[in-house]
Amino acid sequence: MNGFVRRMQALIHKEFLQLSRDSSSLLLGIVLPIALILIIGYGISLDIRNIPTAVVLEDASPKAQDAVSFVNGSAYFSPTYVTSFREAEQLLLDRDVRVIIDVPPDFTSKLAAGEATLRVVLDGVEAATAMSTQGYIESAVSSWLLRQPGADSGARIALEARMWYNDANSSTWFFLPGLIMIIVTIIGIMLTAIVMAREWERGTFESLFVTPVRPVELVLAKIVPYFCVALLGVFLCLFLSRFLFEVPVAGSLAVLLGLTMVYLMIALGIGLVISTVTKSQFLACQSSMLVSFLPSVVLSGFVFDLRSTPAVVQVIGNVLPFSHYLTCLRSLFLSGTNAGLLLKQGGLLLLYGVFFIGAAFTMTRKKVE
Amino acid sequence: MEEYIIRAEQLNKVFPLKKGRTVEALKSLDLTVKQGGLTAVIGPDGAGKTTFMRLVAGLMRPTGGRLTVLGLDSVQGAEEIQARISYMPQKFGLYEDLTVQENMDLYADLHGVPEKVRPARYGKLLTMMGLERFTGRLAGKLSGGMKQKLGLACTLVRSPELLLLDEPTVGVDPLSRRELWEILQEFVRDENLTVLVNTAYMNEAALCGQVYVLHKGALLAHGTPDDLRAIAAGRCYRCTPPPGEPTRILQAHLIDDRDHVVDAVPKGGDVHFILQEGVPAAPYLEARGIAARPVASDLEDGFMVLLHRAETEVLPAAGAGEDALDKGGRPTDKVNITVRDLVKKFGDFTAVAHTSFEVHEGEVFGLLGPNGAGKTTTFKMLCGLLPATSGFLSVAGVDLHVARTQARANIGYVAQKFSLYGNLSVRDNLEFFAGIYGLPPKRRRERIAQVVREFFLEDRLDMRAGDLPGGYKQRLSMACALLHEPKILFLDEPTSGIDPLTRRNFWRQITSLAANGTTIIITTHFMEEAEYCDRFLIQDNGHMLAMGAPSEIRRQLGREGADMDDIFMAIVEQARTKGEEPK
Repeated sequence: MNGFVRRMQALIHKEFLQLSRDSSSLLLGIVLPIALILIIGYGISLDIRNIPTAVVLEDASPKAQDAVSFVNGSAYFSPTYVTSFREAEQLLLDRDVRVIIDVPPDFTSKLAAGEATLRVVLDGVEAATAMSTQGYIESAVSSWLLRQPGADSGARIALEARMWYNDANSSTWFFLPGLIMIIVTIIGIMLTAIVMAREWERGTFESLFVTPVRPVELVLAKIVPYFCVALLGVFLCLFLSRFLFEVPVAGSLAVLLGLTMVYLMIALGIGLVISTVTKSQFLACQSSMLVSFLPSVVLSGFVFDLRSTPAVVQVIGNVLPFSHYLTCLRSLFLSGTNAGLLLKQGGLLLLYGVFFIGAAFTMTRKKVE
Repeated sequence: MEEYIIRAEQLNKVFPLKKGRTVEALKSLDLTVKQGGLTAVIGPDGAGKTTFMRLVAGLMRPTGGRLTVLGLDSVQGAEEIQARISYMPQKFGLYEDLTVQENMDLYADLHGVPEKVRPARYGKLLTMMGLERFTGRLAGKLSGGMKQKLGLACTLVRSPELLLLDEPTVGVDPLSRRELWEILQEFVRDENLTVLVNTAYMNEAALCGQVYVLHKGALLAHGTPDDLRAIAAGRCYRCTPPPGEPTRILQAHLIDDRDHVVDAVPKGGDVHFILQEGVPAAPYLEARGIAARPVASDLEDGFMVLLHRAETEVLPAAGAGEDALDKGGRPTDKVNITVRDLVKKFGDFTAVAHTSFEVHEGEVFGLLGPNGAGKTTTFKMLCGLLPATSGFLSVAGVDLHVARTQARANIGYVAQKFSLYGNLSVRDNLEFFAGIYGLPPKRRRERIAQVVREFFLEDRLDMRAGDLPGGYKQRLSMACALLHEPKILFLDEPTSGIDPLTRRNFWRQITSLAANGTTIIITTHFMEEAEYCDRFLIQDNGHMLAMGAPSEIRRQLGREGADMDDIFMAIVEQARTKGEEPK
């Protein structure tokens, strides 16, 4: 056992030395997530500037007006005040506005009882914009509510959001958790595939093989450092999504991190398997892009909701681990800690992790043929 | 206790190829290695040397037969074998972005070398390898020779029960090679190491106790170096060419006479040749009245006799015919290539420093040096493939800075790697190259017919170029490069990775081409090939060490008859005593 610890230390130390000397892997782990999250994040979030908004004040009390005042002078909304819902509806149908915020006549009276509702109708054609808009309205209203004196305890405003044209789909259309899933997938798979393939390609493994080192140790020594690098990338993503895009995490952050680590193991395992099969950096890079990027974007429910895809695609999407992690992330980011769902999906992820890491261990043999 | 450290019995290894075909890398090999001392495995490329070593290291599974290492079965006991032996693959896997010290630490940690013994062991290794000043240097920044020494140091961080070395000195300069072997012999003496070494250098094999000769996977012979020398004993002679006649011309005449001569090579200004069994003298020499003096046979002579015996299909000696040889093949006074003060820098790294030379028409000019000497860089600049940092270059009377395309019309280029279209037939490749050189249809037909005849490609015309045997591939490459009848032919490392028989054949072609007036520029890391050249340039670390005719340089150094490795070492040592140590 002593030998094991000493050899692991030596290999991991070597790995970190290489990381510090050759910045390309570190760049892949840190710059790639930042670049992706900025490019994709801003590419979409820019859309929620100056959203034409119809505000229907059926309750014109100062309180009601104040509750929706966040639309005034906001960079996100350009409001049009109308007096009836019918009028607003017409604007939406004509696509002059993209969203209707309707304050019902009984808003003020119900607010005291904590049962007030706001109706929000969104143009579901551009679902991504619609979801972002809704998210913003939700947080604006709840922060207004928090500012109300004495309203800190039971008071709440229910948001009755409806999406026109796209009602069924809309509820799963959330984009940021998906982006994090894609980033974790890409850096996890690509990073390990490349660094492991490099050892095969440069012949360094052939020399290492004829030492007391065991294959398990070689694989572990690759997992540990690149797990850390990839985790660094994840933290950067979370940090950016929290402070740059102001995405709240509704559920437990600890559970989120725990599941992410499990998922990282899957990604690292896939990367290791790819490198062991290809044994060349170029092929490893190509195949990991093919295995990570495309399916995680297209077959995970990130862009196309799996339920609305053909049965075959659904099956493939469910067999691949990506969609399961995405489900967990969405649930954690947006609806809170849903124990039942997380246990089921998390368990599945753990199985995937065991499978791929196990495959990496069995496939790495001290042989050169 | 097993008597043998390695014991192979009827060992077989078969590799699957495409379409269900297979290749037998090892055929019923019997080989034993006893405790202590050096055992060499020699043989041309593709003989199965590396495969055997990987089997011993437990990195491959045998297809048949039995292999025990340290008394353990090489398959079941692989992990234990790997823990107890050390192995230096052909390309030792140094981590280029780790320093010398870090590389050694890694291997010491993996082998579990206790901290207490490390300072003494490291001290001994670093001093012997001459690396003590470079412990903080990145392995990637070491010269080729130093990398190999570091590789050896890593395998010797502790005294292994068996040391496997796979061609540890290939492409390394002769001085570093000698040093490496001295180190190795010292360890064998001090620690009673058991070493199995693959090598292509006969003078290295001569230092080993036992030598096994492999050829195409089969064992040709084994014994002590003396046993193998004895195979050619009494049949080896040397003769000196008449003054003014290039050595290669006499060598070509002798090697063409297959009925009487097994092998002939230029050596130390003479031609060294082996007569066929039962042949009293070479008729060609008798006819010309050139005296041949008998000499002691060396290991290479024995090896060549064995190879000739084993090789059933011998390539026809290609060339432009006897008449060309009889023209004498002396270079003219016309200067074909002028290089003045040529410099090439990559960033702050100087690959070629202030190099000047001239090459004459019909001359065979060699660029020699170990890997990383700057040969290929110089070469690429001459061909106009790489712009020079500074200096003057003129090829076939054309200034390369001004008219690169025009210069290219006069040159033929054969790259180090086979760079023809493998899935086109021989004929298609020739047609294609004739096309890109812009030959008119009639001339195209004529030239193709001519090169096909000269290079004996008739019966292979419809074969896919990729399926040709190695020697034929090179012939096709040369045939393609010569279609437009260039005045100058550039050959980049044409003889690396080629077996000795094919190498002889290749130089025979060069002799004919040069005799017909083609100027030949050739790079090689085999120092002894300088003997075929009219003049050569030796480079090391980008610097010109020496230039001139082989005989001239020998005279300057006062070492008449010395072989080229000795010449190289003498030159380097001379440069060092002058304080111009090439970095």
